Amino acid sequence: MNADDETLLAELLEGKHRALARTISKIENRAPGYRELISELYAHTGEAEVIGITGSPGAGKSTLVDKLAETYRERGETVGVIAIDPSSPFTGGAVLGDRIRMASTVGDMDVFVRSMSARGTLGGLSTATADAVKAMDAFGKDKIIIETVGAGQNEIDIVRTADTVAVLVPPGSGDDVQTLKAGILEIADVFVVNKADRPGTDRTVQELREMIELDSGGGFGGSGHHGADAGSDGGGSAVATQDDPEKRATWTTPIVETVATDGTGVDEFIDELAAHREYLVDSGARAEKARQRSAEEIRTLLREDVHTMLEAELERAGGIDDLAAAVAAGETDPYTVADEVLSPVEDCLAELETRNP
Amino acid sequence: MSSEPEQESIRCLVAKVGLDGHDRGAHVIARAFRDAGFEVVYSGLHKAPEEIVQAAVQEDVDVLGISILSGAHDTLVPKIMNGLEEYDAKDDTLVLVGGVIPEEDRPELEAEGVSAIFGPGTSIEETIEFVRENAPDR
Repeated sequence: MNADDETLLAELLEGKHRALARTISKIENRAPGYRELISELYAHTGEAEVIGITGSPGAGKSTLVDKLAETYRERGETVGVIAIDPSSPFTGGAVLGDRIRMASTVGDMDVFVRSMSARGTLGGLSTATADAVKAMDAFGKDKIIIETVGAGQNEIDIVRTADTVAVLVPPGSGDDVQTLKAGILEIADVFVVNKADRPGTDRTVQELREMIELDSGGGFGGSGHHGADAGSDGGGSAVATQDDPEKRATWTTPIVETVATDGTGVDEFIDELAAHREYLVDSGARAEKARQRSAEEIRTLLREDVHTMLEAELERAGGIDDLAAAVAAGETDPYTVADEVLSPVEDCLAELETRNP
Repeated sequence: MSSEPEQESIRCLVAKVGLDGHDRGAHVIARAFRDAGFEVVYSGLHKAPEEIVQAAVQEDVDVLGISILSGAHDTLVPKIMNGLEEYDAKDDTLVLVGGVIPEEDRPELEAEGVSAIFGPGTSIEETIEFVRENAPDR
């Protein structure tokens, strides 16, 4: 790590806002030395409670996050917010508008709001988000809120970097709830029916409740709620505390009704978030989640690194454009090209193996 | 890994400060900046100078564009500049002012650290070009 980064790290740990802001920029820019910086940050993380908030556009996410931040501040806790907006796939430009709704806490520097947008690479934003969370955690934020539009796999990956995920469902979206089922239902630890002063609230709550009951009574056995990943052996975490009946060993997704514009229901929402946090700790699911997250981070980093290495190999093989043209001209096919590009790498690895058996 | 490609993007804050409800110009600029490939944070209307400073510092923007049509630029802009200085953000933020700024007020704003002032009739291309050329290299 160079001297500038050393200073940056020291200033961030001291609590200098500018240093935190600059560190997040370095993370976003993939600036030289950012990896060493995050490695150093790691030792100072693990204290913050990370909350993910997602929902369709216009569901009231930013307004609710604003009220959440305000309430946490009243309770004397510091807050970091990472607000994610989509960027144009054509120009890379973006208008990051979530800040406008963050009106209750302006002028309070202990609420640190940072807007981020995707910058191209596959899975890059979820890595950058996770790293930005690390930076805020090391900075000393008690609560870190990640806010993102729940529109696809990318957003789901982002929001899964949180310990607790709240999904906002506006009332009257009966059929929308159906479409939510596939992707978003499984990731919700808490459902929030926001704009609960509008008609259709009762029906939406009812529909959600039926869905949750169906889910916990059905073949999924509720296991989708305490393991972040269906592929994990999440069953172990549920029985971890069976000898202590006082503690909750399973989690049933609660439904909270809020009116974010006037703060109704925000306290109940915070209570549920705290209850989920307690459940995570008591059941051992938090440690399990952290482990899965680390595994995912290692995989993503390796994938990105190998990808970068292969870019150079691809150039040597004639560049992607020429190779694509060759495929289009019928001279070769993508599989052959991939094999050819990879073969020197494979040779190197094979040689390594013979050297270090 | 050193060979990893950098993914830099110019970050801008488009800010409306004070009692001034005229935001058409700010919207047009925000859009144009977006289409130029910049990341734009828009402040919303009626922001106090401290709020602008808070946003500029936390978002670590390269460019701060302040839109003022109320005539209060000679009180509001210095407040913003002082705030930026307080957080060590003044030196490496390109500060632009857009709006109706009388000729005789310009030297004072420039002395405060404003890099350019764009009055009525400025073309969008000109503004974007200026930002591309002058955005701070950090």
